[in-house]
Amino acid sequence: MVDPVLFLQLFWVFFVIGLFTFGGGYAMLSLIQTQVVVTHSWLSESAFTDIVAISQMTPGPIGINSATYVGYEVMHQAGASHLVGILGSMTATIAVVLPSFLIVLTIVRFYTKFKGNKIFEGVMSWLRPAVVGLIGAAALILMFKVDWPASIPDISVVKENFSDWISWVLFAAAVVASLVFKIGPIPILLAGGLLGLLIY
Amino acid sequence: MELTAGLPVKPCPPWSKAEMVSLWNIFITFAKIGSFTIGGGYAMIPLIREELVKKGWLSDEELPDIIALAQSAPGVLAVNMSIFAGYKMRGFKGSLAATFGSILPSFLIILLIAMLFTGYQDNPVVVRIFKGIRPVVVSLIAVPMINMARKGNKTWWAWCISFLVLFLVAFMNFSPIYILLVLIVLALCFTLWKERRSGNG
Repeated sequence: MVDPVLFLQLFWVFFVIGLFTFGGGYAMLSLIQTQVVVTHSWLSESAFTDIVAISQMTPGPIGINSATYVGYEVMHQAGASHLVGILGSMTATIAVVLPSFLIVLTIVRFYTKFKGNKIFEGVMSWLRPAVVGLIGAAALILMFKVDWPASIPDISVVKENFSDWISWVLFAAAVVASLVFKIGPIPILLAGGLLGLLIY
Repeated sequence: MELTAGLPVKPCPPWSKAEMVSLWNIFITFAKIGSFTIGGGYAMIPLIREELVKKGWLSDEELPDIIALAQSAPGVLAVNMSIFAGYKMRGFKGSLAATFGSILPSFLIILLIAMLFTGYQDNPVVVRIFKGIRPVVVSLIAVPMINMARKGNKTWWAWCISFLVLFLVAFMNFSPIYILLVLIVLALCFTLWKERRSGNG
């Protein structure tokens, strides 16, 4: 029998994680690790590493995937049945989404109210090009890792995403397919997966 | 200087077209988007463009706004974008439908793996499929950036901001949230100063 307090703890931990994650899924992973592995010792380090690997290899946002998985595993480790495990994953998932849900709803109301306002549009005219830079950076970060051991940067390819020259061919083919032939993202992703299966 | 000065210069975006979108339709569309969001929030952008902008539920101008504001809030970027886009289409209920839709597929997949497939991450078939998908995801993230820059960056100033942000995040390892917060403050000061100056002159 699982202590009901565990549900409350799980909810609270993931609510706080959701509230203090700034900067996306990877920032969330380190917060989850601190809370779940170090502070509460619900999971071992190696169990958590597996969860991160699986979260990256399944569809869906990494932060949400790991919250769902951790919620299940915490209950499972406490000796609960599948059903209670499912309740655990629901608890963690809802808790991690709830703070941003409330905050984004507030922002969105503000946005619809002030859209068209000169000052608001003035601020957005700075943020829109920043988004272009952020997306470009997100793509670059998945390709290259930049370290600064000294004053000269040390740039290396991210092997997880670009393991060999075939990865670069797939990358270029997908750019052409999307930009020139206007093929949608879903067929491109499916083709990538199929080619990976056939080639490797 | 009041913040509300000249408030309804431009009417709010047309909501009429969005009224016709049913909650079920929003839910299903986001479930489709969620099923193919592989590798984090930015991977969702090409899918949102494909599904929402091409259907006319969201304009090309609103997409960067949604990304900027979703990134300024805490939490997971993909979920924040869903909340935002859902609200744009059907208000609070739309937000709920979009959020549940984008979370549900991965929720079910993760549960299935947690309960049934031990060693999923080392399965050779899965590893091979993901070896093919990962580089493709990077291209899919890069392409909307090119479209957005071509449509949105109309001044030299905009290009400066784009390249500065790109450099700071990709090469100097700055966190996007701090950059956005600093930009909001700077932009607010600049806009207020410009307004005051034009008001006096």
